[in-house]
Order: sequence, then C-alpha cells, then structure tokens
Amino acid sequence: MKYKDYYAILGVERGADDAEIKKAYRKLARKYHPDVSKEKGAEERFKEIAEAYQTLKDAEKRAAYDQLGRYQPGQDFKPPPDWRQQYSDQPFSFDDIDLSDLFAGLGGGGQRGRQARGKMAMPGQDYEVSVHITLEEAYHGIEVNLDLTVPEYDKSGHLHRVPHAFKARIPKGATDGQRLRVPGKGGKGLNGGRDGDLYLNIVLHPHALFRVSGHDLYLDLPLAPWEAVLGATLEVPTPGGSVRLKVPPGTRAGQQLRLPKRGLPRPRGEAGDLFAIVQIVVPGVASDQERALFKQLADNSAFNPRAHFEQEAGHAYRTD
Amino acid sequence: MRIELTELFWLDQQRDFSLGDIAELSGLPETVLRALVDCGALTPVDPAATELRFDADGLLAARAAYRLREDFALDSQGLAVALTLLERIHDLERQLGELRARSPRRTGWQ
Repeated sequence: MKYKDYYAILGVERGADDAEIKKAYRKLARKYHPDVSKEKGAEERFKEIAEAYQTLKDAEKRAAYDQLGRYQPGQDFKPPPDWRQQYSDQPFSFDDIDLSDLFAGLGGGGQRGRQARGKMAMPGQDYEVSVHITLEEAYHGIEVNLDLTVPEYDKSGHLHRVPHAFKARIPKGATDGQRLRVPGKGGKGLNGGRDGDLYLNIVLHPHALFRVSGHDLYLDLPLAPWEAVLGATLEVPTPGGSVRLKVPPGTRAGQQLRLPKRGLPRPRGEAGDLFAIVQIVVPGVASDQERALFKQLADNSAFNPRAHFEQEAGHAYRTD
Repeated sequence: MRIELTELFWLDQQRDFSLGDIAELSGLPETVLRALVDCGALTPVDPAATELRFDADGLLAARAAYRLREDFALDSQGLAVALTLLERIHDLERQLGELRARSPRRTGWQ
C-alpha cells in the first residue's frame, strides 16, 4: 500500500484545526473541481483533495490516519501491528488496497457505521472515464479496451482493489462531448444494492484538416484566384474518402460550399454535412511569367474590389 | 481474465427517465430534485405533465448537482444558482466551439 500525505495534499500543517482544514479544502475545491475547473489534470488533483478531506474532516478517520505514522508520499508501508485491532474490523491484506480503502468503513458513527454497512443495501460507485478517439475512429466506430481498478468486497468480506478489463464498441456516430452509459460496469453494489454505472465521455482529437461542430465538419478549401474566377472541379478529402467538388465560377472567399451527408454519421438519422470554406490563396513568390500575366490582367480589368469605399465616402459627404 | 464485449447506450438518445430513475442514477433525493425543478434549474421534458420525465441532459445535470452538493456542501438555492451558471457556460462553450469550427484556420498566403 502506498502512503499519501493528506496534510501536504491540502497544504496544511499536521496540527491544523478543523476550520483550517475546511478552509484549505474549499479553496482547492473551487480551483480544481472538475465541474468548474478547466485546469489541466484538475480531475485527478481533485480526487486527491477530496480523498484527503474525507479523511481529515472526520475525527475518527483523522486519528486513524495519524496513527499510521509518517512516510514519504508514494512509499510502500504497512500500518503498525496494533492499528488493525484499534481501527479496523476488516481483514485487509494491505497489499491490494488503496489508502482510502482503509478509512472507508470508519467514521460516521464508528462501529455502528460499520455494522450498518454490513447490512444495508448500498449502490456501487459510478465512474466517469474520458475516451480519446480520432475523427476517423468516430466515423467508422471503434472497439476500445477499458481498464478500471475498483474496490470490491469478496465473499468473506475482504476488501480488494480488483482490475476490471472489458471491451466496448463505440458505435459510429460518436462526436466530441457525447456521453455513453455502460450500465453495471462501475463499482459493485453491496448487500443487494445495484452495481454502479460507467460513464464514457467522448473526446475527439483535433484533426489536421477537419474541424468538428456536432456532426458537421468544416474544411478550409484554398483556391487559386483563377480557380475562383473561372470555376473548377476539385478533389476534396472527406472522412469517407475523396469526392469531386464543382466550384462555380465567381466563387468568393469565405463562401461555404456544402457537401450534404459527408460529415460524421449520426447513430440514428442522416449524417452531418461537410462545409468547405473557400479561401483565395495567392502564391508567395510569383514567377516572372505569372507576374507578367497578373500585370496584363491588372491593365485590362475594370474590377474595383473597393467600390463600396467610394460609395460610403460619397454618402458621408452628402449627409454632412 | 475474461474480456467481454459490453453494450453501450448513447445518453442523448435516452429520453425516458422518471424522477425515481434520476434519483437512483444521480444519488440525489427526490425532494432535492423537485426543488431544482421548482426553481427552474432542472428542466423536465414536459414541464406541464403531471408525472416528471427527464432526458439525458436532465440526468447529466442531476449528476453534476449531486457532485456539487457533496463537494461544496451547497443547499438547494446555491445548487440551483450553480447549475444555472454551469448550463450557461456549457451553452457559451458550445457556441464558441461552433464559431471556431466555422472560422478559417489558414491565411491567404501560400
């Protein structure tokens, strides 16, 4: 069993009183709570903070924790020989449990609480896991391997950390932020209580070409000036493979060309759309011949892209 | 260790949670859920119906409410304010995500 320094996690001295512990917890909880924080690693940090507070806020649990002794964080240790008689009616092996499991049955009425736990139906804990997948995996669907380690009581009442490994097929049509529920795959219920559920939060990796909004996709479509003016038929990538796209003559920058049902599939109903956003791109370095041709165009074209400037200026002059 | 293929459910397709279901799945007592519905922080599918039914968004909001209540010791009023603000933040984040997706990433230079 690995030691955790609950006082250091909360940033308080060993002799801190209840008010100081509560104040430190509240401050850290506001900063790292996963529902309100966007800090990287906030969820893991908050789990530590909540675990430390759950133990230190309760007089019986805190006394039991203090009696364990002091070790380096992460150091393997076993409680002193008389600790078990004093604080635990659980025949722990101490090898395959987490430090927090030691205190799970303590507090909230001491022995009475432990007896209640022995009889009452208690639901298993729910777990939430983020599953990171690529856009291609979301498009085609993917099987993912999920590994969880959860606390479980065996038939003789011994607590163990048990690895749970299972495969889950994420059907095609997943998109960023969607949730899946895996019933009964959370912690085991006690005394007839229902097993907890596992919630999967889908996170899509950013893609080099496509940006995702729901099930719609957006793609920048760079066009040369002559392609925009004359029109062109182009090969455009989509998650399902390249398709031919006809760009009409006179296409302007910023226009969105819609490719229906070429976005991400929906679990039910039609697939999302793919939008190609036109950009007019000019060569950074033009050859002599290109420069000559552009010069010829400039000399012969009556096109004025800033005609509205003059109109606005004339309008402003008339109203003065 | 036995590896089995597990069935998954899309939450956003489940539209049929009763008040009891939400209480069981979120861990919040029905009295707290009713208080959140009464002050508009939790929205049933049909607010006019006699029996309260919820969709997946309702379940996710109730689960967030449970976490906030446990971790910050919030009362029903504080919970309602926190949930309303969280919903606004999620809505703004969704709008921001849409706008970012629609904004060209590249410049006009090649």
